Amino acid sequence: MKLTLKIWRQKNASDKGGFVTYPIDGISTDMSFLEMMDVLNEELSAKDEDPVHFDHDCREGICGMCSLYINGHPHGPKQTTTCQLHMRSFSDGDTITIEPWRAAAFPVVKDLVVDRASFDRIIQAGGYVSVNTGGVPDANEIPIPKRIADEAFDSATCIGCGACVAACKNASAMLFTSAKISQLAMLPQGQVERMTRAEKMVAQMDAEGFGACTNTGACEAECPKGISLTNIARMNREYFSASVKSENV
Amino acid sequence: MSWVTKTLSSTIGRKLIMSLTGLFLILFLIGHVSGNMLLFKDDGGEAFNIYAHFMTTNPAVKILSYLTYISIIGHVIWSIWLTKTNKAARPIGYGQSTPPSTSVASRNMGILGTIVLIFLVVHMKTFWYEMHWGGIPFVNYAGGEFKDLYTVVLFAFQNEFMVIGYVIAMAFLAFHLSHGFSSAFQTLGLNHRKYSPAIHTIGILFSILVPVLFASMPVYIYFTQS
Repeated sequence: MKLTLKIWRQKNASDKGGFVTYPIDGISTDMSFLEMMDVLNEELSAKDEDPVHFDHDCREGICGMCSLYINGHPHGPKQTTTCQLHMRSFSDGDTITIEPWRAAAFPVVKDLVVDRASFDRIIQAGGYVSVNTGGVPDANEIPIPKRIADEAFDSATCIGCGACVAACKNASAMLFTSAKISQLAMLPQGQVERMTRAEKMVAQMDAEGFGACTNTGACEAECPKGISLTNIARMNREYFSASVKSENV
Repeated sequence: MSWVTKTLSSTIGRKLIMSLTGLFLILFLIGHVSGNMLLFKDDGGEAFNIYAHFMTTNPAVKILSYLTYISIIGHVIWSIWLTKTNKAARPIGYGQSTPPSTSVASRNMGILGTIVLIFLVVHMKTFWYEMHWGGIPFVNYAGGEFKDLYTVVLFAFQNEFMVIGYVIAMAFLAFHLSHGFSSAFQTLGLNHRKYSPAIHTIGILFSILVPVLFASMPVYIYFTQS
């Protein structure tokens, strides 16, 4: 395959940045998108040019490290992570536009790499359960109905990649935050910190400068893990009930 | 900050204000369209004028009307506040942005709402202001003297630009409602596999029915009176 890549290049956080066009040839349809990027970078390195920086780690669609806004979609045209996107999703002669996630809370570090530490800080605000470490608990010690376990697991499949923020016209992080609040709100282990969790995680989400949700559903449509908007409704319920019931004045 | 202001100034709290004011305005629309159906009654406007008199003098209606004014103003101010936050959340946009598979209405609620607001200002000047403070003629019915708002309505809808403007404004209202109705419930946290499909269907039917009924009034008057 012969392609034209239009890639956002930006030296550092304070650089203005801009698009640079690279022609590339000899791309196999079996390659993953990131392997195609590797080919480009090898060519750039051979020419003594700075390779294009992008985030990636597991390349198995489970870590949430890869990003890239490809042809107007986070993670490209398929509902999957960029690392699981293959070049067969494109045609010979295509021009592919590759940009970083765009959000005030996701500042560009270099080229296509953005700093998603704001997500970490939302988790630090309450996305955990405090338990005493000790012996391994017996399986099924706490009975949880299968339906609840499944639903909590569906929310827990969020890998925190930030595609929801990238897709949202308001750069809202509500799908992410709601998935993280939901997965614990539904389980017995999450009940102790349930109210403070909702309050603190929402407060942190706002403090990071993410936008508000307008219920367009773009996040759900683009999420590589299919996290549903029902999570956002649940987060709203959790937040309202925590505001009314919690002891924090 | 007290817990109330803290909650209501969070992004979710501000959405709550949008949702509650929006739902109240939906209730208002039901009342408004039902009452105005009297325009179709072939009695020279007697029932409509008596209804208009009741709506401007009854104390209970007065309270509801103030709640409506507050809802409109609140809905507008909070939407501006939220829009400012939302715009600031993405200072640098994308070079290539393909609209994903979301509805046109959901992505353009601000523009649709602004057009509805402009319509509302014109609409209130034409009828609401005239009814309250304008030099409106009086008519005599069995019950006494009534302001003849019916004639004002008939006169206004002799103008084809007015009629076309009203019909277009109602189309924008329809789009605004098509997203707003179900969105308000989602914001309240009311999303459930049992009743959410029904809310969505009712929302779509409502967003078509109410604006069509409203739009039919100027069209009916224009064609029957000229």
